[in-house]
Parts: sequence; structure tokens; C-alpha cells
Amino acid sequence: MDLSVISPTLLVASLMVASTPLLLAALGELVVEKAGVLNLGVEGMMIVGAIGGFAIAVETGSPVAGFVAAAVAGAALASVFGVLTQFLLANQVATGLATTLFGLGISSLMGQSYSGIRPPATPRLDLGPLGDLPFVGRVVFGHDWVVYFSLLLTFAVWWFLNRSRAGLTLRAVGENHAAAHALGIKVVAIRMAAIAFGGACAGLGGAYLSLVRVPQWTEGMTSGAGWIALAIVVFASWRAGRVLLGAYLFGGVTVLQLNLQAAGVALPVEYLSMSPYLITIAVLVLMSARRRGAAAAPASLGQSFHASQ
Amino acid sequence: MADILTLDGLTKAYPGVVANDAVSFGIAEGSTHALLGENGAGKSTLVKMIYGLVRPDAGTMRLAGAPHAPHSPKEARAAGVGMVFQHFSLFDALDVAENITLGMDTPPPRSELAQRIREVSRAYGLPLEPARIVGTLSAGERQRVEIVRCLLQSPRLLIMDEPTSVLTPQEVRLLFDTLEKLSDEGTAILYISHKLEEIRALCDHATILRGGRVVATCTPADHSAAELAEMMVGARLTAPARIARDPGDAVLTLDGVALPATHAFGTALHDVSLTLRAGEVMGIGGVAGNGQDELLAVIAGERRAAAGRVTLAGRDITRDGPDARRRAGLLTAPEERLGHAAAPAMSLTENALLTAHERKGLARHGFIRWRATRDFARAVIAAFDVRTPGPGQAAQALSGGNLQKFVIGREILQAPVVLAVNQPTWGVDASAAAAIRQALLDLASDGAGVIVISQDLDELTEVSDTFAALNAGRLSAPRPMRGLTMEEIGLMLGGVRGEAA
Repeated sequence: MDLSVISPTLLVASLMVASTPLLLAALGELVVEKAGVLNLGVEGMMIVGAIGGFAIAVETGSPVAGFVAAAVAGAALASVFGVLTQFLLANQVATGLATTLFGLGISSLMGQSYSGIRPPATPRLDLGPLGDLPFVGRVVFGHDWVVYFSLLLTFAVWWFLNRSRAGLTLRAVGENHAAAHALGIKVVAIRMAAIAFGGACAGLGGAYLSLVRVPQWTEGMTSGAGWIALAIVVFASWRAGRVLLGAYLFGGVTVLQLNLQAAGVALPVEYLSMSPYLITIAVLVLMSARRRGAAAAPASLGQSFHASQ
Repeated sequence: MADILTLDGLTKAYPGVVANDAVSFGIAEGSTHALLGENGAGKSTLVKMIYGLVRPDAGTMRLAGAPHAPHSPKEARAAGVGMVFQHFSLFDALDVAENITLGMDTPPPRSELAQRIREVSRAYGLPLEPARIVGTLSAGERQRVEIVRCLLQSPRLLIMDEPTSVLTPQEVRLLFDTLEKLSDEGTAILYISHKLEEIRALCDHATILRGGRVVATCTPADHSAAELAEMMVGARLTAPARIARDPGDAVLTLDGVALPATHAFGTALHDVSLTLRAGEVMGIGGVAGNGQDELLAVIAGERRAAAGRVTLAGRDITRDGPDARRRAGLLTAPEERLGHAAAPAMSLTENALLTAHERKGLARHGFIRWRATRDFARAVIAAFDVRTPGPGQAAQALSGGNLQKFVIGREILQAPVVLAVNQPTWGVDASAAAAIRQALLDLASDGAGVIVISQDLDELTEVSDTFAALNAGRLSAPRPMRGLTMEEIGLMLGGVRGEAA
């Protein structure tokens, strides 16, 4: 075993890359759940974003166009979920599961002619002399724009939920939709907007996988990232800062265990592979156990709303 | 004085029912106007139309001379209508200032708002702390949040929906002071309540609705509460009566029972002790959220006491589950009809089976005896005048009052040794409530011990032999009901054991 092959610089840099898709998807789901909607279709929306973004990026040669297309594709699939659950009052859990299965299916149909192609590269942002600093230059200033965008989005979501009037209205809808309706807040419109935002974020996360992280299209390439994003939202007690922590923790342990595998650590590979899941859940459970985590859940989460109630 | 609001021929029909049928009346400026009626008489539909939540099918409204046809609560608020809801209009996880902001159309910045909340709450004697989380407030404080939310918009008409049903007598007096101050300033108040004594004390006029129509308009102080009730119901009412009986041996005792809270906004029970005798009706009062649900759960065996002892007729049942307690004769009916006392989507027959299978032998060797179960459900329906097509009907298809009669009747017909009920007549109309109270009294006359947990003090004074109050999970020492004044009851509810409230 030779741990010296693990470069801390590369480790931290790739940690951020590995965590970004999770962070994007989890932030989107955070807003959706804060509005009182449980969308279990994150995995499906991610993979539709992954293939949608990949296809458009390949056809246009522009990764930015790809990311935009991924957000649109994710939001479109989310809107289907939204119409079913908000207008037709379908059960959110069942519809969410169906959204995931549908997304996995349609993505492999769409992606048949895109296997084995390399997408156009998403370049690192050139931050001039900052990028030449030792360690910090590579770790902090050596990423593509999506990484910075996701960090900015974390802050924006936090600010929106905790400081803005619109965010307060959205939380109110998630806490007590009947009371919000009685005050004249348009519950369904707000939920539809939140669902579309969540879909767009999940789509971006998926596209980051297929355009930057891997970068290639393979069927089922999200391999459970959407479910991890869902779990992170819950264990992060519905707080943006903790979502960031959870996503980076999971990404970090994933990268670390891959490096350990490469370095030939004397642990069976299976244990290393399961370690990110175990460690992330253990840490977040410990954190939410200190305060009463259940109280943080939006009180109307997962309940259908109809104005006649 | 001129009318601030006039309603003319307001009609609203829902599929299968006309909620309001050509309702017309006027509310004078600065007056306090009562709206009376049983459940389903159309009171809430009417105020929802005034507040812009529901649009009338026909008829017009005029507010201060101008046509009033709000499309949304926002428009109603802009026109000067404020509404204090009885339920579901606060957000537990948000703080006071956030809750108030949500009800305002052009909220000021937070620091300024906090200042204005303090000003208004001082001016009207409604103490409030803007940064408190609403889930931690008492019912009275929550109502203050709603009132302050309305007052910040200087309404010309304030609608109050059942404002006192969850308040202690002291809090009621505080509320009345505020309302009188408001009406002196020229604000008209539309006051909905089923507490007729309050209406007689507070209101200048009353409009009585029955079946969606205005059946009478009167000055409440000129009529007795009984007369008002008869106008609402359209029939004569008799107060529950009972045959006096000396209490017998202790049938249920709780000794130092403690129970931790289950969720963040729940209440823990501390050192609860009581002794219930055969033939005694013990009334347990208290404002919602002071441990009522927890007390019933620990009596029913849904939750086991963390400390202390529960004994039934001398036998220790502290560790017994609900089925074992039912077999021994301790029956209960929780507050929440749909979802706790009854399974909403299941038929009355199935619901009868759920609590009666032990004592009525409705299951044998793991198989359900459907014929016997159906007969038992029919017996409950017949004995308690449950209006339903038959025992095959789903529980959720029944009106609140009818389902409540079924739920209580189901326990009474099992001949309990002890029956504990929580809010037996909550949201039930006057005639059904009278029937339920009478049934509880008859049960006690036959020698059973009865515990009635209720927030309705009128109900407790009517049925109880002894009275105890729950406050923050502690139970006061029970005292004989006869001779207790409202003042003393208020002190028991507010601060237990003679401490100043």
C-alpha cells in the first residue's frame, strides 16, 4: 500500500467536482420540499438532464447550451410530476417513483445514438494569476463555472428561504397550505414554480455528470445520485448550509475511497464502495439527532392540497 | 348609525346543498354583530364570501357604500375587512413577526414591523413578543397574533370566527376588552360563536342562520340563552339531567403518572394523580395543548407511563396495552374523530369491530364474526340516533355530529367500567351535543366512572361532579364542581394549585 500516490491537491479538487451534481440536485429538492412537495423523481429528472444536456451539447458544440437544455429537460419532467400531483391530486410518492422510472426509461431511449461519444469540454474558468497560486490555485480557483455556480446557488437558496419575502411565502405554503390559502396565497402556483425549479436543478446536476464528471453518456449513469440527494435533504434538516456539507462529505468520501482503492489499501473493495453512503448517513444522522430533526420537516410535506378543503 | 356592510340576497350553492339562500342583513358601524347558527347553517360560507375566499352565486354586498365583490382575501383586506380564523391560519414553525408579515400585503421591513407589533399590542392590551416561534405559544397568544395581524391593517370590519372556544375565562375577558376598545373606535365586528352567554354580554345585534337562511334577527340581550339556542335549532332543547347518586368505590386511579413529550410541540405529563369513583363524572378542563391528548393516551394504554401507576378497580394495569385495558373494562374515545377514533375509509361495521371485538366477542379464533359485528353496529346506530343509511356506510361519509354519536355510542354499549372521552362534543351541533352529554350522564348513573376531557367549560359545568384542570402537563387536585366559580376555574386553568395566574 502506498498512500503517497494520493495527492491532497487533486483529492480536494476532484472532491468538488464529485460533489457538484449532488449539491445541485439536493438544493433543488430542498426548495421543493420546503414548499411542501415530496418529489421522489430526482433520479429521473437528473438522468433526463444528463442525456438532454449531453445531446444538445454534442449537437451544438456548446456545453453552455447543453446545461441550459438540461435545466429545461429537468424542469419539463418535473412539470409533468407537478401537473399530476398538484392539479390531478395524484399521490406524490407513487408519482415521484413513476417519474424516476419514466426518466430512466426515456433517457436510455434518447441516448441510444450517443454512447461512446465525447462531449465538448467545459473549460476551467481562467481566473488569471489566482489560478497560479500553489495548492489554493488548483483547489479553489481551478474549476469550471458550474462548480462556482452551484456554490453561489447554495447561498442564493439560503438567502431566498431565510431572508426574502417570497421565500417566506414558500415556506408558509410548505408549513400549512390551508392557512396559506386562507391568507390568499396561491398555493398551487407556488408549488408548481418550486417543482419546476427543483427539476431544473436536478437536470443541471445530471448534465454535470455527463458533460464534466464522467464525461460520457452511459445508460443509468446517475446510479443512485438522485436518491442520495433526497437523503441529504432530509438528513440536512432542510437547511441549505447543511445540504452543502452533506453533498461535499459524500463527494469527498467517494473520491477518497476511489483513491484508496487505487493505492491498494488492504480493505475489500466492497467495503470501500459502501463507505460514502455509510459515512454520510452516519454523520448527518448524528447532526440531526442532536436537535429534534423531525421538527424541521415542513409540516405539509407530501400532502395534496385542494382549495375546497 | 349607518351600516358599514350590507348583504343583499347572497346565495351560494355547492353540489347537493344550498349553503346560503338569499341571505340579507346589515352591520352597523362600530357595532358588534353576532352570527349564530348550528354547524352547517352556512355561517362559514357567508364569512368566506365577505372575506373573498368564496364567490357568491347571486346577491350583492356593499362595504361603506361602495360595492364589495372581492376576488381574493387580498382585495377584501384592501377594502378594510380583517378576519381572525378559528383554526388553520397560523404557521407553527415560523415566528410571530413572520406570521404577521404573511397576512399583510405591503409589509414594512422587519425591524420596523417588530416596532409596530409592539405598539399595537401595547395599545390594545395584547402582549406579544415578535421573535417567538408560534408553535410554542398558548392558544390565547396565538389568537393575539391573528388579531394583531388584522389590526396592523386598520380594518373597518373585523370578522371573528369562534374566538373564545380555546381561551381561559381570563383570556376571554382580555379579548372582550380589546373588542370593546375597537368598537369604540368605530370598527364593526362580526362575531361568530356558539357560546350564547358571551354573545348576550358582548353583541348589540344578532342574525340567526338555519339551513342557509336568515331565520331571525334580534338583540341578544333581550333573549335568554335557551331562547337563542331554540331559534338556532328550530326545536325545543332540554338540558341534560341525571339521577343523583352517591359515588362508589374508586374504579380508576392514576398515581404520579409521567409521560415524556413525543414531538417538538407536544406536552409532557408530570406527576398526574387522580382517583375516579364509580358513578362519578370527572371533568378535566384546560386550554388545548396542555396535555389532553397525552392524558387520554396514557389512560387508554396507547402510551405507557414512564413513571407512576395506573390501576383499574384495584388491579395494576400500568403495563397493559389498549386491548388488555378494554377487556378489563377501561374504554376511551379520543378527540380526533376521523383518523383516531374511527378509520375514515372503513365502514361503520368495521369501525365497530376495531374497539369492540374484545368485550363483545366479535372475533373468534382469529376470524371476524361479521353477523354479530353488523348487529352491534346496528345497535349503536339505533340506540344513539346516528343518521346514516346503514352500517355499511364509510365513517368519513357521516357528519361530525353523527360520527361522534357513533364513536361514543360504540363505547357506551360495551358497558364500560370506566369511560374516558376527549372533547366529546367538539364541532358537534347543539342537539347532538345534548344527546351525547345525556348518554354520558346516564352511563355514570348506571355506576360507571366517566372522565370528560374538554375545553368547553359550559359543558364541564353541565356534566361534571368533580373538576380538575390540566396546565402544562400537570393536573390540579380535583375539586367538587358544585360551588366552583368561573373565577376559580380560570385560576385553576391558568396557574394550577392556587398559584396566582
